Amino acid sequence: MTKSFVFIGLSLILTMTACTDTARDGPSTRYPEPIASLVVPAGHPTAISQERTLTVFAAASLTGAFREIGMGFESTYPGVSVNFNFAGSQILRAQIEQGAVADVFASADHNNMDVLFPDELIVVDSYRDFTTNRLTVILPPGNPGNVQDLGDLAKANLKLVLADSSVPAGNYARQIFTKMSMDPVYGVDFMTKVLANIVSNETDVKQVVTKVELGEADAGIVYVSDSITARDHLTISIPENFNIVASYPIAILTTALEPDLAVAFVDYVISPTGQAVLSKWGFSPMID
Amino acid sequence: MKISPSLFTRSTKDGSPGLEFILPSLVLISLIGLPIVALIWRSLNADIFTHSISESVANALKLSLITSTFSVTISLLAGTPLAYIQAHWKFHGKALLDLLVDLPVVLPPSVAGIALLLAFGREGLFGTWLNRIGITLPFTTVAVVMAQVFVSAPLLVRSARVGFAAIDPQMEEAAKVEGASNWNVFRLIMLPIAARALLTGVILSWTRALGEFGATLLFAGNLEGKTQTMPLAIYIGFEQGLGIALVLSMILLAVSLLLLILLRRLELQSHH
Repeated sequence: MTKSFVFIGLSLILTMTACTDTARDGPSTRYPEPIASLVVPAGHPTAISQERTLTVFAAASLTGAFREIGMGFESTYPGVSVNFNFAGSQILRAQIEQGAVADVFASADHNNMDVLFPDELIVVDSYRDFTTNRLTVILPPGNPGNVQDLGDLAKANLKLVLADSSVPAGNYARQIFTKMSMDPVYGVDFMTKVLANIVSNETDVKQVVTKVELGEADAGIVYVSDSITARDHLTISIPENFNIVASYPIAILTTALEPDLAVAFVDYVISPTGQAVLSKWGFSPMID
Repeated sequence: MKISPSLFTRSTKDGSPGLEFILPSLVLISLIGLPIVALIWRSLNADIFTHSISESVANALKLSLITSTFSVTISLLAGTPLAYIQAHWKFHGKALLDLLVDLPVVLPPSVAGIALLLAFGREGLFGTWLNRIGITLPFTTVAVVMAQVFVSAPLLVRSARVGFAAIDPQMEEAAKVEGASNWNVFRLIMLPIAARALLTGVILSWTRALGEFGATLLFAGNLEGKTQTMPLAIYIGFEQGLGIALVLSMILLAVSLLLLILLRRLELQSHH
């Protein structure tokens, strides 16, 4: 009994080692030395042969884009693997405040990044915006709530799902409703009516997408980037004068275990290659 | 902390202090104990009372009490007969039924939530039909109760089943020979004897229902006063300066401890 368990355990370990070996050897033969030398500090030629892990905390809305960026980064820097923690920015921020160890933090808003300044949790020089996103209304296939325009969001008994007000996307959605309430077309009570239609405040924006995709809600407010990756849905775009341009900041954490890799990752995100991936996933470039 | 004398004398008699037992145990004790200590410590040092009166805390507390009470009542009313069937009837497919009823105990709650949504959601397998007759379940308090019953009822059924199974079948036979009906055998003989097992089941399922998080979040969503139970409020409150999360955590910790002590009492009584 015990013997067979030991055997299974050993063979598992052997298989896993075999896998990592091929993963390490594969790409390194394909990429030229100069790129690799970028991350290897001078005088440490052996550093590249070690497995290194970069930990990136990123807003849930970045899930698709950052996974692809991570794969590109890994193939550019052989021997490096990128670990992602995707969640609502407010949850990632709280985790960092409570001592979670990460190298890079990419937030969907400035609020959740800025509160990390006083506790000296982020490297001030590394703080920069790297992409923007806008919001849009998504509807499930078949439009069960018969939502034809933005004004319909206020009609009685509509099932509206938003991200919680503590989540950047939820906060932006509420800002949009505030702006719309100031427009006589929608009226001052627009905000109250819309808020009364909320059936759930989800913990991150991807949950809003899921609830709408499954047809459980009549409408939801998500990022344009989410509406691009969602499978079945209709959208109603929000005009510029009501919409919010969400700037996404990225920064290196002072507790980073791999500060030089973190710098390389941020550079990669800002590089034309990184920006092209972001644009493919529905994000917009920075506005200067 | 008190070390029982028997353990103490045994270890000195052997000449070994028993470190090979104590050290591994300490690993587990610290893993469980330290977070609890930290939780209590932080709560004592936080300005906990400014949050304790907040409306969201009160709403979550009220909703949790109401929904878990409903859940346990439903589990008891439907679970007791089911446990009786499982313990005393012989039929084809019984093994399959046992497996089905026990499944939620080991199933991750998030899987339960998705399954509930796919079955009873507006576009779900049965939900479309319910929707046609005007019943929509997701995002309602009913959905919270359904999620809680799904994950907690099996605990009650398991406990009750063990209680019923322990009763000598001859007693049942004898009563029937005397002319007692099925219902009277159940009501007058089985229920009183299995009462303690049932009560244990009630406590176990109540704690589980109170702590339900994953299935609720997926199936019922998160809306204060309607579907936001204490565990959801703790999760949402976690990023709002910890205060709300701490207050609710302390309440849940206290309730859990209380129910656990009750459970211990019951176990001790049944051994005497």
